Amino acid sequence: MLTIAQEIYDAIVAHAQRDHPDEACGVVAGPEGTDRAERFVPMVNAAGSPTFYEFDSTELLALYKDMDARDEEPVVIYHSHTATEAYPSRTDIGLASEPNAHYVLVSTRERGNSERPVEFRSYRIIDGVVTEEDVTITPTPEHQRASTP
Amino acid sequence: MAIDVRIPTILRTYTDGAKSVEGSGGTLSALIDDLDGNHPGIKDRLVEDKSGSIDLRRFVNVYINDEDVRFMGGLEAELADGDQVVVLPAVAGGAG
Repeated sequence: MLTIAQEIYDAIVAHAQRDHPDEACGVVAGPEGTDRAERFVPMVNAAGSPTFYEFDSTELLALYKDMDARDEEPVVIYHSHTATEAYPSRTDIGLASEPNAHYVLVSTRERGNSERPVEFRSYRIIDGVVTEEDVTITPTPEHQRASTP
Repeated sequence: MAIDVRIPTILRTYTDGAKSVEGSGGTLSALIDDLDGNHPGIKDRLVEDKSGSIDLRRFVNVYINDEDVRFMGGLEAELADGDQVVVLPAVAGGAG
C-alpha cells in the first residue's frame, strides 16, 4: 500500500495538469528503508513528449547524489499518461528499475486542465510483474510539508 | 589502479548487495570487463550489441566524476586511478 500526504498527492496532480498534454514526471523521496514518501521533487521531462518521459541524465545524477547525501531513496516515482489510462505501459514495465519504489501513474486524459476527478493509481513493478496497490491519502503533518527545490 | 564504482539498487544482485565496488581499467570498456570478471553477468546489464558493435545500453547512464560518459567517448572514455564511476538506470517510460 502507498501512504501519501494530501499535500504531496495534490502537488503530483497539479504537476501532471500543468504539463498536460506532455507527460510529467518526478519522485517523492523519503528516508531509506522507511517507505515514507516525504520530499516532493518534480523533474523536467527531458523528452518533452505526450507519450514518453525521461529524467535528464545530469539532473538524474544530481537527484541521486542529493538523496544519497540525505540517506534517502526514491519512495515514489511518478509520471502521467495524458491520453491513456493510469496503468503501466509495456515501456513503463520494461524500464522500471527501482524495485523498492511505488510507481504512481496519473492520467489526465479525462480531465486535462479542468476540475474533473483525476486517475491516481500506484503499482509495484518488479522483474516485469505489475502489482496494483491501494493508495491511502493522509492529512499533511506539520513537519512534512512538501518543498519544491 | 582502483576505481570506485557505485552500483544502483537493481544491479546489487550482482554485487552481493554492495552499493559500491572497486574495479580497474584504463577505459570504461576495460573497467566493465574487469567488473564482469568479479561480478559475472553485470556486463550484459550495461552494454548491448548494436549492429555488430558493443555500446552502452540506451537506458543505462554511466558517469565518470559526475560527467555523463556519452559526452566523453562512451565506452572508450578514459579512466585514471581514483576516478569515481556512477551507474544509474534511466528513469524513463511513458504511454509509448
